[in-house]
Amino acid sequence: MIRIAVISGKGGTGKTMITAALAQLLPGSLVLADCDVDAANLELLLDPKIIRTEPFMGMKTAVIDPALCTQCGECMEHCRFGAIEHDGDEAYRVLPIRCEGCAVCVHVCPAAAVTMQPRQTGVIMYSETEWGHLVHARLEPGAGNSGLLVHAVKKTAMEQDRNCDLFLIDGPPGTGCPLISTISGVDIVLVVTEPSVSGLHDLKRVVAVCRQFQPRILVAINRFDLEESLTETIQLWCTEEKIPVIGKIPFDPVVIESVRNGVPVTRTGTSPAAQAIQILESNLNEELKHYRDQRK
Amino acid sequence: MKLAVASGKGGTGKSMVAANLAYTLSQTEPVTLVDCDVEEPNLHLFFPASVTTTDVTVPVPVIDETACQHCGVCENFCQFGAMTVLSNRVLFFPELCHSCGGCTLVCPSDAIREVPKRIGTTSISTPLPRLKLISGMLDTGDPHAVPIIRAAKKLAAGDPTIICDTSPGTSCPVIETLDGCDACILVTESTPFGLHDLRLAVDVAGRLGIPVGIVINRSDGKDQATLEFCMDHDLEVMMTIPFEREIAAIQSRGDLLCRVHPEWQKAFTALFIKCSALAGGD
Repeated sequence: MIRIAVISGKGGTGKTMITAALAQLLPGSLVLADCDVDAANLELLLDPKIIRTEPFMGMKTAVIDPALCTQCGECMEHCRFGAIEHDGDEAYRVLPIRCEGCAVCVHVCPAAAVTMQPRQTGVIMYSETEWGHLVHARLEPGAGNSGLLVHAVKKTAMEQDRNCDLFLIDGPPGTGCPLISTISGVDIVLVVTEPSVSGLHDLKRVVAVCRQFQPRILVAINRFDLEESLTETIQLWCTEEKIPVIGKIPFDPVVIESVRNGVPVTRTGTSPAAQAIQILESNLNEELKHYRDQRK
Repeated sequence: MKLAVASGKGGTGKSMVAANLAYTLSQTEPVTLVDCDVEEPNLHLFFPASVTTTDVTVPVPVIDETACQHCGVCENFCQFGAMTVLSNRVLFFPELCHSCGGCTLVCPSDAIREVPKRIGTTSISTPLPRLKLISGMLDTGDPHAVPIIRAAKKLAAGDPTIICDTSPGTSCPVIETLDGCDACILVTESTPFGLHDLRLAVDVAGRLGIPVGIVINRSDGKDQATLEFCMDHDLEVMMTIPFEREIAAIQSRGDLLCRVHPEWQKAFTALFIKCSALAGGD
């Protein structure tokens, strides 16, 4: 199985749109995962039929038993996350939204009033799509542990569909915990960028993160014709960094229409964007062949 | 007033709205703009200026191997799996550490102390006479965004008007940014992606008790679903920015709509007045 993650650094550059199109185009057996667990959108383009759902238990959360709390304040003093609240004469309370699950409060409480309790913070869904199984998730809004959930989503996909040729991941924006969890252990990352100063800045940062994990790095430039001079700058930088630019997709209103219709853009005929993504796909496929040969 | 600009979905134009709002307000009053999208901060690209940069550190444990009995209590206690105790040494994985201080508390041999570890920076600049820009930047490869956001917000504390640009998503970094804000602008685009993530963002702000108003960006006129959602949830659409290649191009090259087309300042001033009403009137 070759693992490919589609990421971007900057949000909104077109990761999900490209992932969905690649799911439709790439040959061979495929399993998909949506690792943008905060705001998962891939399901909106792949029309998944849910086979089963399972609860996601994040880190345990501290709970204070008001009957046992002596209001000494030790927990609040030692909590480094500001997760413990206290008003007037009431018992101390844990704010689950701030609790990181470190259990320091359990250790310092002299009255054994604090326990760590499991808490469901999301669900993981295992679904059928036209192009293969999709593992996706829903994180309770405001919950932490998105990195852990990403890990759980990837693990489900790799265990359930371990014989697939390809594992295609729609990744999160940013460079932090969920992104690092997404790219760890993947073979290829495809960074989708756009010709803007923000896009380039964020591309450089996310590539720096990827380099710490040593996957093969590839770049696609979306809406490349909106600012061609910046597209050139991005291509120049990629050449210097020896990163292949395997696709350039023009701005095309058909992309928005296909999102509104809930289908991959490559399903909507021969629009300029769809044609460009076909070229992207054939270049990616060459990369995959090369990768397989190297592995042998 | 402390205002957050958030979105759920990435790339809807948060930074664009935050930057233009701050630029417009700074024509007449002092404004502090805080870039809390510390994983991919961009606001400094729109306001080039010389900056004063400070390291942000978190405490991490160091083990005194001469005092350590290798008893394994720290490993058992650490909920994040950041410690592995071998028979003759302790392995520490800093990327897993949450800096809770638990290991130092539980060590029976007093063999663990904490030292600061850099995870990123905050930078302050004054790109315009009445504009202070504070940018948090997470070091590449470090997973812990929240302490940087906390440090950046702390630098703005006490300033009269604070605008915080938020990272996309709905998890810890967004909570940390929104926490303590008086109102929140949610920037969306009229696509099923935009609406799906707007729903989540409205939910998060609701859980934190922060009033929200909506800005529709890159509108192509097909905003019906978004407008209906806003109506159903009693949310005001405070501003609609049309899709125009010219607006996109200005943003792409790192310029500001309100600088290139000052006539837009009126709309952003009106947006700020609506936000103030949102924050003040429950």
